Amino acid sequence: MARTTLPALLSAADVARVIDRIAHQLIERAATVHPGRDGLADLVLVGIPTRGAPLARRLATRIEAFSGVTVDVGTVDITLYRDDLRRRGVRALEPTVMPDGGIDDRLVVLVDDVLFSGRSVRAALDALRDLGRPQAVQLAVLVDRGHRELPIRADYVGKNVPTSRSQQVRVHLAETDGADEVLVTEGEDA
Amino acid sequence: MTNYLIKGAKPLGGDAVDIFVADGRIAAVGDSLSATGAEVVEAAGLVALPGLVDLHTHLREPGREDAETVGTGSRAAALGGFTAVHAMANTDPVADTAGVVEQVWRLGQEAGLVDVVPVGAVTVGLAGERLAELGAMADSAARVRVFSDDGHCVSDPALMRRALEYVKAFDGVVAQHAEEPRLTVGAQMHEGDRSARLGLTGWPAAAEEAIIARDVLLAEHVGARLHVCHVSTAGSVEILRWAKSRGVQVTAEVTPHHLLLTDACAESYDPVFKVNPPLRTDADVEALRAGLADGTIDAVGTDHAPHAVEDKESEWAQARPGMLGLEQALSVVIETMVEPGRLDWAGVADRMSVRPAQIGRLGDHGRPIAPGEPANLVLVDPAARSTVDPAALASRSRNSPYAGRELPGRVVATFLRGTATVLDGKATR
Amino acid sequence: MKRHLLEAADLDRDDATLVLDTAAQIEQALAGREVKKLPTLRGRTVVNLFYEDSTRTRISFELAAKRLSADVINFSAKGSSVSKGESLKDTALTLEAMGADGVVVRHSASGAPHRLANWVRGSVVNAGDGTHEHPTQALLDAYTIRQRLGRLDGVRVTIVGDVLHSRVARSNVGLLHTLGAEVTLVAPPTLLPVGVGSWPAEVGYDLDAVLPKSDVVMMLRVQAERMNASFFPSAREYSRRYGLDARRMAVLPDDAIVMHPGPMNRGMEIAAEVADSVRSTIVEQVANGVSTRMAVLYLLLGGSPQ
Repeated sequence: MARTTLPALLSAADVARVIDRIAHQLIERAATVHPGRDGLADLVLVGIPTRGAPLARRLATRIEAFSGVTVDVGTVDITLYRDDLRRRGVRALEPTVMPDGGIDDRLVVLVDDVLFSGRSVRAALDALRDLGRPQAVQLAVLVDRGHRELPIRADYVGKNVPTSRSQQVRVHLAETDGADEVLVTEGEDA
Repeated sequence: MTNYLIKGAKPLGGDAVDIFVADGRIAAVGDSLSATGAEVVEAAGLVALPGLVDLHTHLREPGREDAETVGTGSRAAALGGFTAVHAMANTDPVADTAGVVEQVWRLGQEAGLVDVVPVGAVTVGLAGERLAELGAMADSAARVRVFSDDGHCVSDPALMRRALEYVKAFDGVVAQHAEEPRLTVGAQMHEGDRSARLGLTGWPAAAEEAIIARDVLLAEHVGARLHVCHVSTAGSVEILRWAKSRGVQVTAEVTPHHLLLTDACAESYDPVFKVNPPLRTDADVEALRAGLADGTIDAVGTDHAPHAVEDKESEWAQARPGMLGLEQALSVVIETMVEPGRLDWAGVADRMSVRPAQIGRLGDHGRPIAPGEPANLVLVDPAARSTVDPAALASRSRNSPYAGRELPGRVVATFLRGTATVLDGKATR
Repeated sequence: MKRHLLEAADLDRDDATLVLDTAAQIEQALAGREVKKLPTLRGRTVVNLFYEDSTRTRISFELAAKRLSADVINFSAKGSSVSKGESLKDTALTLEAMGADGVVVRHSASGAPHRLANWVRGSVVNAGDGTHEHPTQALLDAYTIRQRLGRLDGVRVTIVGDVLHSRVARSNVGLLHTLGAEVTLVAPPTLLPVGVGSWPAEVGYDLDAVLPKSDVVMMLRVQAERMNASFFPSAREYSRRYGLDARRMAVLPDDAIVMHPGPMNRGMEIAAEVADSVRSTIVEQVANGVSTRMAVLYLLLGGSPQ
């Protein structure tokens, strides 16, 4: 089926604004996790490759800009935890990197570009369980497009986008795709 | 006994004539023959050849009747256009006494599809230690003239000399399986680039050539006849050419598979391509074709070697060597020699009937297609092409290296002393 | 990737690099973790079919499969129907009926894994067949070289010893060439196959001449019984001409490494002080074997629908 691209859902400026908003929400939330302690020091932003990783780094940069605190960042590759490998086939792995302080007893915020079925997040939760025991795990996504297949919801959402199943949501980031924008395309993947 | 009037066949590929077969002999050859009461065989477009003679067949009986019997092997031979086959001695028990060769000979008579001519073992039990009772086998009802330890080389040079000398007394010939055993310990395939890569122990060409060189010198020295089985290398052809130029009484055969296939087949590790001597290189194949064309190699010998499924559906090293040949031999010769123009039909008759019959001293075979001769004939459709289906073979075994390959030529009819053993491409019994 | 890994030639440069990169990611993902287990192959069955004793290779594959949560069945020739004469084909059909997703096979007959691949639907991984190939050994060797030297392209690898009978040498020549390394084989001429000239490798007989130009020296095990078959006159003469001792190690370039697929004959092809030196990667090779085999199992079995 041919693919048609609709006008951009989020422009580069929209993406930057959304990241700033989530950064502010994270600063507020972190303060409530361990009363009496510096919440941001307990925060770890863990990106889910591919595009969750640069998003996590951007969030950390903005949090530092707003609060002056350097936040730990990691990545967790979920490929080896997926339950749909048979259907999707194998792919090359990406790095899994945990901060030096580990994730035990900290607030881990998983960062991904699009929340769809929830299966990636489930795989990421399984991976985190093997990597340590966080005090709490939350989820931040740039776009929530609905169609959940698991009881999973995001704590921080850049934009809720009602879509049909046949549509594709494509997040482009400067780090991976040359420019920031979020597109909705009609039809199956090529 | 049914008489046959063969209409419009081309003897040795020449002009079409009618051939009248009566009472086991060729009664007449000519244009527009008629014969009342004779069964007419329409043979327009078919080539008539003297019945083919194989110097090298393994019929497996007695001992491995699960792989082949004299009966099934005879049917395969007839369907391949043969009227005589030499049954190799490496049975169980070994054909090293008059009793065993007579048993094989009688089984052949009972089957009645081809003349089964037993080969006698050179040494007792093929052990290469002492001579078997060669004279007793020669004097038996089987009238053995070809002696061979095939499967094993008579590697002891003194014993080989004695064998060559001894069989002169009854005009016998020693058919040597040329393989220096110390050079082929554990050997699995031709030694060269491919064996190096496949990690299969190599069977060097020199192991064959060294024995042939030795044996032609011995044959020359004692003035005896030597026949070399399944020549497989370019070097062997050179040695034979040299020996013949010196007047040594040496003859040689090449198998159909060595004319067509190379060691590239081993890359599949499918043991259907495991054979002894092994499949060689393109250059060897070319030299063998050239040798057969110029007569350095006298004959095509099938080395038809049936094996039970379990002896082939295994690891390469565990599998037994050998492949089927009777039913496709003529097709392979057409493919490799006739179609490329390297041998005409008279040449095919010479290499597949006349010379092998002479080497085996078979008076009734390999005769001209002429009045008064025994009616041992084969009618071939050279234009037909078909794909080899192992399941459709008459042999009890299925180890054909030509499975799935399209080959030219179809045997339409075979006559053994005037009796049709094959008609319309089907065995008559 | 092809469905089976039977020989080094089954991997093109992209495939081989993918295996090595995957192994590196797996190693890094598991580094320092308490739970050294991934759920990737949960519900898959891997059969280790070993017709030859090789505890180290079997354990390496077993650990690799278990760390990916596969169910592992060890089917060794001893104490099974195999020792009662069951044919390879019948064994294959049995494994097929049990639903094996992967069969790791070690066999004394060259080409046995190729035969097996005709008879089973699952992926076949060659864990060493006769004198043919041992592709996962070559992968772990390439991984080790890349880890130590940072690259494979243009790396000069000298393989020394019984090339004729070595499946490790055959796989390494193929794979290292695919990955851009320059391979030289050094051995007495009796231990080089006729036809070695067609391999993508230089061939020499003089170890001392080659060592100063070697970034990697890979010593092959030489079995003493070869001596009895006149491949060389004596262990002493072999060791003197082709053994790697401290004197020879001293002429290697500064960052050159010494490898051995094991098990070693100390004092024969390799001196103890070489085997235990900082240049030696022998222990790393064992550890890297698990990561590399995990990568192979993931890539072959991970995405394959049953």
